[in-house]
Formats: sequence, C-alpha cells, structure tokens
Amino acid sequence: MLSEGSSFMKGMALGGIFCLLLSLLGSFTPGMQSSPEDQHHHHHIKAPTNDELQSLSEPQMVELSQKVRVYCVIMVQPKVLVYWATAKDTWGKHCDQAVFYSSESAKALEAVDLNEQDEWAKLHKALKHAYDNSGDLRWFFVARPTTFAIIENLKYLVLAKDPNEPFYIGHTVKSGELEYVEYESGIVLSYEALRRLVNVFKDVEKCPERGRSLWKLSEEKQLAICLKYTGVFAENGEDTQGKGLFNSKSVGSLIEDGMSKNSLDVVEGCCSDLAITFSGMSPNQMQVMMFGVYRLRPYGHNFHDSLIFLPPEGSDND
Amino acid sequence: MKALGSRFAFLIGFLVGTCTLYVFLRQVWFERTFSTRSQPDGLEKTAAQLRELEEDSKNWKKERSALFNLNHPHHKGEDSHMADELYKKVRILCWVMTGPNNLQKKARHVKNTWSRHCNVVVFMSSVDDPDFPTVGLGTKEGRDQLYWKTIRAFHYALENHGDEADWFLKADDDTYVVVDNLRWVLANHTPEEPIYFGRRFKPYTKQGYMSGGAGYVLSKEALKRFVDGFKTKVCTHTTHVEDLAMGQCMEKVGVVAGDARDTVLRETFHPFVPEQHLTSKFPKSFWYWSYCYYPISEGPNCCSDLSVSFHYVDASLMYLLEYYAYHLRAFGYRYRYQPPAPLGYKNEAWDRSEGGHSYSKEQPAIQRGPLARVESPSRTDRKQEVMPPAAAGKDPPAAAQDDKQ
Repeated sequence: MLSEGSSFMKGMALGGIFCLLLSLLGSFTPGMQSSPEDQHHHHHIKAPTNDELQSLSEPQMVELSQKVRVYCVIMVQPKVLVYWATAKDTWGKHCDQAVFYSSESAKALEAVDLNEQDEWAKLHKALKHAYDNSGDLRWFFVARPTTFAIIENLKYLVLAKDPNEPFYIGHTVKSGELEYVEYESGIVLSYEALRRLVNVFKDVEKCPERGRSLWKLSEEKQLAICLKYTGVFAENGEDTQGKGLFNSKSVGSLIEDGMSKNSLDVVEGCCSDLAITFSGMSPNQMQVMMFGVYRLRPYGHNFHDSLIFLPPEGSDND
Repeated sequence: MKALGSRFAFLIGFLVGTCTLYVFLRQVWFERTFSTRSQPDGLEKTAAQLRELEEDSKNWKKERSALFNLNHPHHKGEDSHMADELYKKVRILCWVMTGPNNLQKKARHVKNTWSRHCNVVVFMSSVDDPDFPTVGLGTKEGRDQLYWKTIRAFHYALENHGDEADWFLKADDDTYVVVDNLRWVLANHTPEEPIYFGRRFKPYTKQGYMSGGAGYVLSKEALKRFVDGFKTKVCTHTTHVEDLAMGQCMEKVGVVAGDARDTVLRETFHPFVPEQHLTSKFPKSFWYWSYCYYPISEGPNCCSDLSVSFHYVDASLMYLLEYYAYHLRAFGYRYRYQPPAPLGYKNEAWDRSEGGHSYSKEQPAIQRGPLARVESPSRTDRKQEVMPPAAAGKDPPAAAQDDKQ
C-alpha cells in the first residue's frame, strides 16, 4: 500500500513537471489561444503622422495622391430606399466612383442588379463586379448605406500604402481563431487583396458562392475566411493615438457612452478627429454630419494638410 | 503483483498531476487577463472627480463668480494664429441664463463645451452658488422673470466686468455658440459702435429685434446705453418677453439691429437645432416664416459654414456640436466657402486657393511646386469659386411693417 502511495505521489510530481515543461515549450498552451506573443501579431494600421508625410518628397506626394482613388461598393436593397438615397446624396459623392449593388432592381434609383437575396452571394457577386469594373481605381470600400463614411479620411489612412500589396482594413473583431473586419463599420480592400479574393472565388471548395447550408457563416466572416486562404489578414484601422477610425455605432451613441462614463472630456474620449465611419444614424442625422464635417468649423483654426481634396461638383451640402 | 500495482499508481499519479497543473495554469492565465480591468468603482469615481477639479483649476480662474479663461482649447498640429489674434482683440463676455435646477442638467454641459472659448463666462441664476459658480440675481425663477434676469444680468456684467470685455453675449443654457465664429462676425465692427447682433426677427418693432434663444451680443456702447436707459427710465420692464423687450429698449436708445449674415447672406444665429434647419420643411403656417427679418432658406443654405449659434440644444447635442465644430474634419478638404479675413486683419497667409505655402520660413527663394491636389470625381479644371447660394424664392417683404407696439 505504501509503495503504491509513494509511486502515486512520484507520478503526480512527475506529471506536474511534465505539464509545466510542455507549456513552457509553448507547443501545448493550456487555454492560452492568444499568448502575449500573439497579441503583437494583431495587425494595426495607423494613419501616417505629419512627420512621416513631410519625409515624402513632393513628387512622391503627387504620385501617391493620384493613386489614392476609391471605388465605393454600396450594398443596397429597395426596402431601405431612403438610406440608399441619402448615401447617394451625402458621402457617396466623395467616392471617386460610387456604385450601388442591389438585391433586386428598383425603379427609383440606379443600381447594379445582383438578382440575389443571400447575403454572402450578394457580396461575392458585387466584389467580382467591382474588380472587373474598377478601371484604374486601386482601393475599394464596401459598406451598406446605413453607414456614413468620410472618404477623405480613408484616403489619408491608406495614403502611404501600396495597393499592390494586400490590405484588408476596418474595425477588426476576433471570433475564436478568426479575425475579421466588421461589415457594419465598412470594409477596405486594396486592389491586390481583391485580386486574390476574386482568384480564390474560383475554388468553390475553399470559398463557395453560397454558404454551406448546414452551418451558415455571416458574410463578413466568410469574407475573412476566403481572404485568409489567400494570405490576407484583417487589420484594424486607427489614428496616431490608437483610437479606432471605423465605428459601428452612431456618433450620438458614442457621445452618450462618454457621458454615462462621466469622462473628464466627453468629446476627447469619444471619437477620433479623423474618424472614417459611423453606423446606425438616421438619414437626417447623416445630413447633419455632412454639415458638421464638410462645412461647420470655427474661424481661424487651420490645418496645413499636405494634400488637398476638392469638393465634388454639383453639390450643395458639402 | 506489487510492481504492477505501484506502476499503475505511478501512472494514475502522473495523469492526475498533469491535469491538475493544466487546470491550475489555465486559471492563472485566466486571472491575469482579467486583473487589469477590475478596479473598485467607488475609488475610480473619486479619483475622477479629483482629476476634474484639477483640470478645472488649470483652465479657469474663478474670481468673483466669473470664470476667466486661462487657456482656450487648442489642437495638436493646428495653426490657430488667426483665432488667437481674434481672441485677444475681440474680447467676449458670455453670460448664460440658467437657474438652480438646471445647473447639473444643462449649465454644466455649457461649462464643459462652448463656454471654454469665451474670454469670460458668467452663469446667471436667481441664486448665488459659489461652487459652480453662479451669480444670484435676486429674482425668482420662471418665464415671467426672464426680462428681470436679463436686465440685472447686463447691469451686473457692465458693473463688474465692463473693462474685461468688448462685447457681451447673452445665451440660454440650451444654446450652443461657436464663439470663434462670433468673433469673425464682430471683428468688422468696434465696441464703440452702438450695435447688437443675433437672429433678427421683424414683428412688433421698427428695426426688428433679436431672438432670445438663439443668443444675441451687445457692443460695449450698446450695453452702456442699455444701462443708462434704465437709469433715465427711457427703458423699463415693459414685458416679460425678454427678447422683444430688449429689442424695444435697443430701439429707444439708438442701438442699431445689426445684420449678422455671412458674405453670401447665410444666417449665422439659429433659433433651432441644425437638424431642423438643414432637413425640415417648416410648414408655411409656422410663425417662423412671418418672423424672420431676412428671407428664409431651407436645406443646406439655411446655415452659414461659420454658424454662430443653435438653440434647443440638449446635453448630448452640446458635445456632438463641439465634436463637429472643433474636432471632426475631412483631412485635406478644401472648403467651398472661403470667408474673407475681417478688415484690418492680415490676409491669411495660409489661404490655399492656389495651393503652395505662401510663407516659407527657410527658403523664400525656392518656389515650391503646386501641392498635391486631388481632383474630385469628374471635376474640370477650375479656379477657386465661392458659390453664392440661390436666393430664397421670395423677395423680402416691403418696408411697411406691422408696428404692434
């Protein structure tokens, strides 16, 4: 009995040491799916600082600004006609090309009719169409019309990035092993990322056009998976202070969050000065945002931005 | 038998040891990720309050129930030399009409936002409150006290702060004011002019009067005449309708009702929130149509890019407007409306109508090439344009106005 007991104790001790050794070696991490090392592999994309911008020579700046042109893929449906119309009348005007993709045709507004109800299939088709019709535009922004986007700030974020490199940017969310960009706050794809995506579309095993009927993934996750197969990973867009630039909430609720937290400076704590998207605002609130972004300002405060974006033609609310 | 038994025990022990440690390590890891978050709530709150008081004392000098601005807000990376110059030359005392029940609900948010851009701010209440601070005007509360409060507030301002400001703004605790834009409007005038500005309404008076809720601002001379008017009984408490009564007094003492519209004739003071002005179609029967002195524009032309005020602004809208005006912007965007610098102020060296820095510190001889200009979609090559808004359909009503005195 005693010898068995002591063997048992020896076994336990050895087992414990064994476990420790393995976890230290790192190949067997008990429940640590995201160890401290992994944290640094989360990709963050920051907008260039002014110093970085100054370091670019002028011919480089001119060349870059010609390249930063955005093709907006706006996914609409007739039942949200008012949002469709608002996106068209507000932020859509600031895209170099804004194309509306609809689940079905609508007489009131012009769109590419995808003739499709399944969310992932719609996105699939729209992205393929965008790729085929992009002309010389090298950046793609995908959003629903319930999102409001400030395209100039998007251009600033990707200013110094080469669209011939794969980029997949937005507000990133982690779901288990998968990190994906939230659809609600807008998805940014570089030309190379889109090219790889369209390529992997051909592989119906890896990236089916229709989600597997048993276990349907949301289209944002499906997109992330397909891109992952091609070696493209999601990156979180933030400003030089680390504040997120892509918001899935409305500016009003973000302000109210700050107020309820009793923060010292509600406005400082709320959102970035160069925010790119907000979501969930009413059409009227979007018109107010147009005024707030493109018109209302305090006299005498100026920013010597190293780029100039001109106002669109034939528009009066910006 | 014994050897087998002990080997078996060893094996069991090994497994138990491994599993125990596995669970233990998992727990420890789990705990580590959580320990960074939780902090006792109560402690957090007092720490926050202490920080707030400290912040406050850095930004304000509390003196005799007024808040003197020590460092009006600035942004990293912005060139605010023009705003700073105007701040020194166009000194504004903002007084905010409030009451003891509204200090935490409303006045506090004014204090946290736009009032920080005034040179001096005084919160006027019926009751003294040395902590907020508010001035007690010795009146009661209520709509019928509004003109009494106004009379006393202006008297107080002239008496206690007459030398510290050139212009005297009255606002409600639900008015949002872009003070820098108010300075732009006022910079083309002098405090010696007997003049006052606001959202001009036309009924009941010859020259019109200024909407109370949208805020109005008196020059020093206008304020002196107002106070004198009461001394000589030229002005009295005629009605509790504060803005109308003010307008009647101003007319009697020869103060001019000014035109605060911008150079393309868009209104700057607004009696409603931005959403209503920008998106609502006011019904034709609404009083607004018959009250406005100048033609009304609905839609984007309702409001100047350099708007000065909005009314009926609740707490969260205060912060939102501060965010829109002073924070959120479109990088590199060249505004359609390029307002001219006020008379006597250096023409903006930063004006980018043709691109290129027009002031260069080190190498004035080297001509920098045109800055990267991105043509917006389908835009032909055109020089700077200032697009005047289409004039509102109606002509202003004929001079004959109802004089319901």
